[in-house]
Amino acid sequence: MQDIGRFGYRRFGVSTSGTMDRRSAALANALVGNVAGSAVIEFHMLGGKLLVEEGPVVIATVGPQCVLRIAGKLIDKGCSARAEPGEIVEVESVRQGVFAYVAVGGGFNLNPELGSRSVHRRSGIGGPMLVSGAYLTVSAAPRQLMTISLPKPDARPIRVVPGPQNDRFVNGAVKALCSSSYAIRSNSDRMAYRLSGLALHHLGDANIISDGVLPGSIQVPGDGQPIVLLRDCQTTGGYPKIATVISADLDRFAQIPPGGLVRFLSVTLDQAIVAARAAAAEQTEILATISPAIRLPTTDTLLRLNLIDGVTDGS
Amino acid sequence: MTLNYPRLLPNGDAAVSVEFGDSIDTKVNASVLAFDLAVQQAGMPGVIETVPTYRALMVHLDPLTADHSKLFDALLQLARGTLPQSDNKRRWTVPVVYGGAHGKDLKALAQQHGMTSKEVVDIHLLTIYRVYMVGFMPGFTYLGGLDARLHTPRRPEPRLQIPGGSISIGGAQTAIGAAPSPSGWHLIGQTPVRCFVAEREPAFLFEAGDEVVFQAEDAGRWDTLKAASAAGELIANCEVF
Repeated sequence: MQDIGRFGYRRFGVSTSGTMDRRSAALANALVGNVAGSAVIEFHMLGGKLLVEEGPVVIATVGPQCVLRIAGKLIDKGCSARAEPGEIVEVESVRQGVFAYVAVGGGFNLNPELGSRSVHRRSGIGGPMLVSGAYLTVSAAPRQLMTISLPKPDARPIRVVPGPQNDRFVNGAVKALCSSSYAIRSNSDRMAYRLSGLALHHLGDANIISDGVLPGSIQVPGDGQPIVLLRDCQTTGGYPKIATVISADLDRFAQIPPGGLVRFLSVTLDQAIVAARAAAAEQTEILATISPAIRLPTTDTLLRLNLIDGVTDGS
Repeated sequence: MTLNYPRLLPNGDAAVSVEFGDSIDTKVNASVLAFDLAVQQAGMPGVIETVPTYRALMVHLDPLTADHSKLFDALLQLARGTLPQSDNKRRWTVPVVYGGAHGKDLKALAQQHGMTSKEVVDIHLLTIYRVYMVGFMPGFTYLGGLDARLHTPRRPEPRLQIPGGSISIGGAQTAIGAAPSPSGWHLIGQTPVRCFVAEREPAFLFEAGDEVVFQAEDAGRWDTLKAASAAGELIANCEVF
């Protein structure tokens, strides 16, 4: 379970957590009429099945190439759908990425801990991970079924701003980071993606006096293999940070699966700021494509739309 | 190469680190804490939260609402006007059971230094420590001021899980652990004090700038203290001055 994240407690060592791919989560929430940043179920590689005990509920899934079935029926990508009591909602394993998000109209009934519903597995803050047999209740609200134009996959390099400790590496180390591909290692998780590729050499010691880190920090321990910190990362760290992944590219980076290759591109801070604003504008444009779903007029869909959607407030 | 402090080091577009030095030093840390307070009071637009560490303040930003160049100028100006804050407001007395099952590495650490376990404990009890930072894991409290006779390199193989409340030594530092976590530090004792309880007010006990002294407790008192702590009793004494 993840929402936008837990802020204000990093000074006490509490990770922000939050959805690994914020954009996908935001689109899933939008499809079911929830506020951006509401809690969603984050599926990690493996899919899952949810049995609707009471309902109906309106549900949407967004993630790279992710497949949603309700009662065995394939739901069109980028569409929300209605699930009736007794129906099984199935999210298939994530195929082209790592994370898929399931949002439910009205949102999950969960008590926030330290201001957030995000689960931080290592500390247990936010509660336990969802396991088979767990019950979730929903403040189900009537929702119109919607559709949205999902963004196309983007395979451009992941942009980084050199620093803060690029001066702790030999000359050309940032160039080395950006000149070849790195593979995501299998021991990667929500805390950090461990990379393997060209080793990055330190100037002297591979330790610094521990200071602050954030999702995107690229730490390099003694073996020269970079570690990119992500949403569940610790708040401070003692390895030199050669560069920082820009905020606009974190979602995309998080969706590269273990074994996948990543290429980095060095940009300036000003370019990173422009990219952050461009990414936000692009998301606004995507959200603007949202519209009521128009189904082919099978009797079944027509009946459902007329009978149930007709009485909603459309909010 | 000489560097001028304070200096700003951007961490991408979502954070900037303001450094006050590059050593573990009370005065440098006091500047960080004074600056932290000043930044919080200034309420600068675009700042999400700040994280004080040994010698730097991490300022986390919202890259969409922050005006980076304006904010960086304002931070640098504020940092240049910051004086080390010298008043320690709080001193905690923290009960510790040293050695045995509560401090598995005490004996070996003592041997490494050619001392008895009692000598190590006596030295550890002597110091008034300073909380330099809270980090790594929720409530994990880094203390500065460890007597040089107890400085010990970290274990070559970190443990995957150490007990909650562990009092440990790593290099020139000693720490109060919170929840069970991985660690490469040497375990010399354990406190029933809970650094972090989500539903308590305040949820986190120790803050950077606080002072900490340890008080040795008999292993026989562990269960009583642990039960009191679990029941919500604040078993660490706090003097405010």
